[in-house]
Amino acid sequence: MSAHAAEQDHRPAGWRRWLLSTNHKDIGTLYLVLSVTAGVVGAAISFLIRAELQQPGMQFLENQEQFYNVLVTAHGVIMVFFVVMPALIGGFGNWFVPLMIGAPDMAFPRLNNISFWLLAAALVLLVASANIDQGPGTGWTVYPPLSTSGHPGAGVDFAILALHLAGASSVLGAINFITTILNMRAPNLTMMRLPLFVWSMLLTSLLLVLAIPILAGALTMLLTDRNFGTTFFNPAGGGDPVFYQHLFWFFGHPEVYIMILPAFGIVSHVVATFSRKPIFGHKGMIYAMMAIAVIGFMVWAHHMFTVGMNVTGRVYFTAATLVIAVPTGVKIFSWIATLWGGSIQLRVPLLWALGFIFLFTVGGVTGVVLANGGLSVALHDSYYVVAHFHYVLSLGAVFAMFAGFYYWIGKMTGRPYPEGLGRLHFWLTFIGVNLTFFPMHFMGLAGMQRRVPDYPDAFAGWNQVASTGAWISVASVLVFLVVLWRIFSARERVAANPWGEGATTLEWTVPSPAPFHTFTHQPVIEASPAPHWLNDGA
Amino acid sequence: MSTVTHTECLPASHPFHMVRPSPWPMVGAVSALVLALGLITMMHNHGPWLLITGVLLILVTMAGWWRDVIREAVVEAAHTLPVRHGLRVGVGLFILSEVMFFAAFFWAFFHSALLVSPSVSVWPPAGIQPLEPWGVPFLNTLILLSSGLTVNWAHHGVRADKRRVVVMALLATVALGGLFLFLQAYEYGHAAFAFHEGIYPSVFYMATGFHGFHVMVGVCFLSVTLGRAMRGQFTPDHHVGFEAAAWYWHFVDVVWLFLFVWIYWWGG
Repeated sequence: MSAHAAEQDHRPAGWRRWLLSTNHKDIGTLYLVLSVTAGVVGAAISFLIRAELQQPGMQFLENQEQFYNVLVTAHGVIMVFFVVMPALIGGFGNWFVPLMIGAPDMAFPRLNNISFWLLAAALVLLVASANIDQGPGTGWTVYPPLSTSGHPGAGVDFAILALHLAGASSVLGAINFITTILNMRAPNLTMMRLPLFVWSMLLTSLLLVLAIPILAGALTMLLTDRNFGTTFFNPAGGGDPVFYQHLFWFFGHPEVYIMILPAFGIVSHVVATFSRKPIFGHKGMIYAMMAIAVIGFMVWAHHMFTVGMNVTGRVYFTAATLVIAVPTGVKIFSWIATLWGGSIQLRVPLLWALGFIFLFTVGGVTGVVLANGGLSVALHDSYYVVAHFHYVLSLGAVFAMFAGFYYWIGKMTGRPYPEGLGRLHFWLTFIGVNLTFFPMHFMGLAGMQRRVPDYPDAFAGWNQVASTGAWISVASVLVFLVVLWRIFSARERVAANPWGEGATTLEWTVPSPAPFHTFTHQPVIEASPAPHWLNDGA
Repeated sequence: MSTVTHTECLPASHPFHMVRPSPWPMVGAVSALVLALGLITMMHNHGPWLLITGVLLILVTMAGWWRDVIREAVVEAAHTLPVRHGLRVGVGLFILSEVMFFAAFFWAFFHSALLVSPSVSVWPPAGIQPLEPWGVPFLNTLILLSSGLTVNWAHHGVRADKRRVVVMALLATVALGGLFLFLQAYEYGHAAFAFHEGIYPSVFYMATGFHGFHVMVGVCFLSVTLGRAMRGQFTPDHHVGFEAAAWYWHFVDVVWLFLFVWIYWWGG
């Protein structure tokens, strides 16, 4: 029986293939479709926000200030839980973790599918939340008392349960990834030999298993405080609203590493491939990610320097936060060292990866600034913070998403992307987002507050610049949609390995598009010499 | 690529389980959506019917899904040694996530009991009459510890292939779990404080209530395991379902020990 026939035998037809799937590639595709769809919605909301902020005074939300905050909440939650995580973890993770370790599928294929559909159910609840009663104008952090006595309507309950379902989806997905990576590696593919994207997914999944249940506990207490008269976060009954912030950020800080670790993994692969060199310091990169994962659990209260924390607490959380710069620096320098002396091909995926390295470093530097308890008290809730986390996330994680998209789209669809349009997409995005977010540093330092739909006239100039950047980003989104159309209407097909000798991991050994079932035979990996993606004979 | 060879044209040679397409994930997710909407309608005073529907749908999903898993294990012999290893890792990770869920409620307890809010100023707060730890709670501790012993007894029976011992020991475990739940319900009925009467009842009922819910889930899990033991579905070297139930039960047991020592004894 030929490989092609074997593949046809097992592929369910029609709607059953997509609704009842137990195939890691199809489920990965579903995640990517959800992510792109939610991404267009989340981006559209951010353009509404920039339209409102384009000039001082109210533009189109006169007497709808609550709705402005509902938009801010929806933008944050959609981007975190329904765009970045489904793309990096559910999408690329599902597609490429089994391929990179030579496994025929994920460990628990049915669990994989419910992880996806729970996320879809969560998205339904989230979209509904914005349209019910006064909506959740709480921000993605859902702090009480604004989220309890401040929002009696059911909109916040919808948002809380949306987060609950998204969290269940994430935990189940994470259990699946960890089991797959620990249990289903091809023979001789030892842990320290695993490609860096697989390591990043393993650590991200571990963070999810440990952090998401704390969020679930916090949301459950919020729900009973709102509806059953408990007083966990209500001082009148002996509770403490600051306690909610502790729980939220004990989850929330690891959550930012959950979003960025897979991005680190993708960037490592792209940089190595297009430098035609194995990554510099494979083991060092693994240990750096481990360090980031561990320290990520010990720094949460740097989000809360203004709650009246004692000096000892501020000193500890400042120092611990600064320590994270060390393993992060290891990663940045290792990427640069990989590029150094490499035979560089400046293809579109590498453009995005270089953009990531530059912009993530900028966001990292402002992170070192904000780590200082003394400075953070002044900058808390200002646009400086907005600038910081958009540099690491929307310019960091999202750039890595696009790097991964252009790197792997040929493997997923069997079709090439248009090189010229890809470059245009990159440069429009790069210029647009930098124009939007760089001026926010100046606005924040000058005292402009976030989550307010209006501002003093003194901030008019930089806000005009930021909104102009947003319109350039609109153009880049449209270019991306054209790129998608060009890919899916392309007649050409790509080779199993379109990148040449730099692309060494196992996904490049299977045909493009990857068949429905891959590695029905475990790939043979020699004990010695080491696989080509390693340079140290490990 | 020199280190990798492909031989796709031969029949599959890996030891893993390629699961067939299944309706349960989709049905389960829709059920969870109905459950969430039902909870909201119930909380906003529109009746419990959607919530009850959601719970029933979830139960149907669980029954169908696990029926399929058991068939794959018993009839199709799909659970090879590596698959069983994966299932154990998965159960262990699920229990780890549950530990973190309880960590949130213990954090609530210690935050409230150690950094006592000015509005209550002492712990337990004035006007709260905590339950006497050395009465029913201590009895419940003994009951759960004994049930940990009986479930281990059952495990030894599985290993020694003695079905009668397994059935007896599991029956005892289920009975002890049921007795625990009965006594816990009795305690709730006689407690001098209600859920909405301040921080102490909030923490107390949330932590012990979620534990009680987990005991109930554990009793259901062990009952299914008992039924499977009666049909002789466990062999000395192949009984992942039993192990999962036993591990879950031990986890529930350990959570109770922490609840008893800190919330009932030290914090009461």
